Amino acid sequence: MALAFDEFGRPFIILKEQEQKTRLRGLDAQRANISAGRAVARILRTSLGPKGMDKMLQSPDGDVIITNDGATILEQMDVDNQIAKLMVELSRSQDYEIGDGTTGVVVMAGALLEQAEKLLERGIHPIRIAEGYEMASRIAFEHLERISQKFEFSATDIEPLVQTCMTTLSSKIVNRCKRMLAEIAVKAVLAVADLDRKDVNLDLIKVEGKVGGKLEDTELIYGIVVDKDMSHPQMPKRIENAKIAILTCPFEPPKPKTKHKVDIDTVEKFQTLRQQEQQYFDDMVQKCKDVGATLVICQWGFDDEANHLLMHRNLPAVRWVGGVELELIAIATGGRIVPRFQELTPEKLGKAGLVREKSFGTTKDRMLYIEQCANSRAVTIFIRGGNKMMIEETKRSLHDALCVARNLIRNNSIVYGGGSAEISCSIAVDAAADRYPGVEQYAIRSLAEALDSIPLALAENSGLQPINTLTAVKSQQVKENNPFCGIDCNDVGTNDMKEQNVFETLIGKQQQILLATQVVKMILKIDDVIAPSDY
Amino acid sequence: MAVERLLKDEATEEKGDRARMASFIGAMAIADLVKTTLGPKGMDKILQSTGRGRNVTVTNDGATILKALHIDNPAAKVLVDISKVQDDEVGDGTTSVVVLAGELLREAEKLVNSKIHPMTIIAGYRMAAECARNALLEKAMDNKQDPEKFKSDLLNIAMTTLSSKILSQDKEYFAKLAVDAVLRLKGSTNLEAIQILKKPGGSLKDSFLDEGFILDKKIGIGQPKRIENAKILVANTAMDTDKVKIYGARVRVDSMTKVAEIEAAEKQKMREKVQKIIAHGINCFVNRQLIYNFPEELFADAGILAIEHADFDGIERLALVTGGEIASTFDNPESVKLGHCKLIEEIMIGEDRLIHFSGCEMGQACTIVLRGASQHVLDEAERSLHDALCVLTQTVNDSRVLLGGGWPEMVMAKEVDELARRTPGKKSHAIEAFSRALQAIPTIIADNAGLDSADLISQLRAEHHKERSTSGIDVISGGVGDMEKLGISESFKVKQAVLLSATEAAEMILRVDEIITCAPRKREDRM
Repeated sequence: MALAFDEFGRPFIILKEQEQKTRLRGLDAQRANISAGRAVARILRTSLGPKGMDKMLQSPDGDVIITNDGATILEQMDVDNQIAKLMVELSRSQDYEIGDGTTGVVVMAGALLEQAEKLLERGIHPIRIAEGYEMASRIAFEHLERISQKFEFSATDIEPLVQTCMTTLSSKIVNRCKRMLAEIAVKAVLAVADLDRKDVNLDLIKVEGKVGGKLEDTELIYGIVVDKDMSHPQMPKRIENAKIAILTCPFEPPKPKTKHKVDIDTVEKFQTLRQQEQQYFDDMVQKCKDVGATLVICQWGFDDEANHLLMHRNLPAVRWVGGVELELIAIATGGRIVPRFQELTPEKLGKAGLVREKSFGTTKDRMLYIEQCANSRAVTIFIRGGNKMMIEETKRSLHDALCVARNLIRNNSIVYGGGSAEISCSIAVDAAADRYPGVEQYAIRSLAEALDSIPLALAENSGLQPINTLTAVKSQQVKENNPFCGIDCNDVGTNDMKEQNVFETLIGKQQQILLATQVVKMILKIDDVIAPSDY
Repeated sequence: MAVERLLKDEATEEKGDRARMASFIGAMAIADLVKTTLGPKGMDKILQSTGRGRNVTVTNDGATILKALHIDNPAAKVLVDISKVQDDEVGDGTTSVVVLAGELLREAEKLVNSKIHPMTIIAGYRMAAECARNALLEKAMDNKQDPEKFKSDLLNIAMTTLSSKILSQDKEYFAKLAVDAVLRLKGSTNLEAIQILKKPGGSLKDSFLDEGFILDKKIGIGQPKRIENAKILVANTAMDTDKVKIYGARVRVDSMTKVAEIEAAEKQKMREKVQKIIAHGINCFVNRQLIYNFPEELFADAGILAIEHADFDGIERLALVTGGEIASTFDNPESVKLGHCKLIEEIMIGEDRLIHFSGCEMGQACTIVLRGASQHVLDEAERSLHDALCVLTQTVNDSRVLLGGGWPEMVMAKEVDELARRTPGKKSHAIEAFSRALQAIPTIIADNAGLDSADLISQLRAEHHKERSTSGIDVISGGVGDMEKLGISESFKVKQAVLLSATEAAEMILRVDEIITCAPRKREDRM
């Protein structure tokens, strides 16, 4: 560690307890950061593409997660290194913003860092590299817009959307049923989409999983599935044309928020209190009955007595339904959430065509289906699968597919997948580089090289000769002036991704390049790492 | 420059071949562990818990064994998980599914070693699984139309399932018991209606199926021990002090007399409640909660049989059986549905007194009373019977049936082999491997029975080359036998679930190329 001395030759203390801190400066700091970033990218590199491998992660509690989703892997990885954490953040922000391409963005950033290291060794200043990357990313961004295509679909013609979702799903373990899952995802998104405003609220799609059965049994339910059963075992299991009262108050004696005491000092008081209590229960149930409800869904618990009264009055009820589910039920059935019995009116009831209880397997698992709702704008995807890990992974994969479908509804531009967009960008950036004078030219060219790393990784994971394949495709693109040539991962026999129907959203790709460049710029600008050393 | 510490302390990372190796080994170890329990001559395992008492369980049930293990290897956990799911979903075949997944991985390891990419193996396995499933679908028999035959199918399935368990000695007896119990359910899969009661003493043969319902409770003192044409009120209500539920209520008095008055009022309240209950015109009252001495006495005075503290299951089942509703308020006696049964009496099984409800309205429910030499035997018998009941209920719903004794595996293996020959490319190796893994199951069954598996399997394969062969391994005589004649059947649903979940699990493990293990969460030492 460098020491500073004042004019009398005494050492200066700049940092508190600086002997105990490790410090890396200058080129060393950048190199260390770069290699940390690359290490993260290396882990994810093998998960890229349709033939990518999965990672098995064991959490601190011993649960096993098997996944292919970049964001999930990084989140569960328990990373300690600061720069590695930045990469984790990077993948997460891609996940929040776009929902898909979380692996690609990290691989891209890793490649950019790798290229930056070479440039640093040549003595190019990191800031210049960062600026060059910035310019190059803008070129790539614009180029992507140029090669993108508008892509037509409508509520009736969902085929193009299904194709896109299939591209996303093909890299996951569920690719056995990708066609079916893609259709489910698209139908779900279209059911909740606001096509005029081009907006989709994904919160309206509930993804519920239950272990058992086959993946093929996964279904889309136009309604809500709640993992609850009727509060009384003898209540009817099937209600048609249900009118639902959605309550957030318990079927219990009132508990005013202010502290109070009711003193009993005479027998009369004891008696009146008792009667009041009975009256109270009776009133609650009667009110529900009076407004014409045929099903009560309540956020809280029921007292035994209230439960029996409900049963007695032939009013089925469900208790302990979570807040989020309650909201969804309210949206789906067009009902209002009622916080007090007094405020219950017939208009506030939700309506559903069919409410039924369904049991699964040999254990007494039961779920409540609320279907044929007044407002079909809330749907549930109900996943079945061989084991817990499979279901979790299917949930994640479906989330990706849903995001892709949503992005397409927001902005219907697409680019072609299989690395074709990256190769095309790489060619464009490379060509543009020569127009820039100065050191930046090198950085721009490096970004072009880095873009190549995605098709390289794709080819490598698919068991193809990476260099051979890439060069062949690249020359084909230039020769035929066709930006749709990519890596033929599935061994279909054609390089033209347009024919293979492999596409990705434009915003997803653009975001990938922008985010990756941003993070790399940030990492490059760090020239001093001060960390407390181990103790 | 190497990165120091990318992950947190103690977190480990294994990559590529090492990761794959670790998961293969873990999964195969688990499969080998349960392998010896497969088949009619499979052996049992003793499990000793680490908890207090060091409870010992002797079992043959794959799911039970695996549930009890503490496993660190993540791949092994996947296998434990599929066995658990198999148990929940179909109830039987928990060992087979793990063994098949293990064999698939063993074959995959060989392929990986000969430099075939895991993704190619997965593609091959998928094709093979699809083909095997179709083969099963084609060969499955459905006898739903013919009730006689269907019943004999059920009996055969129950016997096949039981033959690998501790009940194998009396399998005919128990199979009949299980089939009778399941047929009473009339197609519902609700196993709750079948109550299994374990009472040590006697021999397994003394077990019996009772048409009524048996509640493991005592009748209150001074109350009738036998009631004919009982009217039963099933309730869930507090029969102690019946406190005021309004929040914040408390008694505050200024003199002893008032305390006495309120006490009297409470007593009066209880008396009224009891009166109301009696006003239902009942002669039996079953409550989920406690009944204090005072109301009990009142009931005894009225000549009503009062049973306290029946648990949730007991109450629900009783309500189901007698057709009554579970009541908590008693103000409108005319509209509460009462339960009915012909006879309630106290019976003795071994040393214990139980309450027996017979001649119930709903014929669905029944009770199986298991007798046996020791608690361990009873526990294992219960598990075995549970397996059989699960399989039977599933079969009642999906009545397709296959033959047993390794027959389905050989049929699938044959079809898959055909497919391998038709498929060009590296995938065909994987498909072939799938067929070998399928054949491993009859091999293990034969090995466990101490037979010459190599000889038997080759004979079996030759037999299966003929059209419509029905031969399988006859463990009893030690040769190839006609499964149809021997009456060894299995449920289609179970076999299909085994095939699909084993393939799914193998696929999942194969796809992994990196294992990252986080540091185990530190537990606070409370000692």
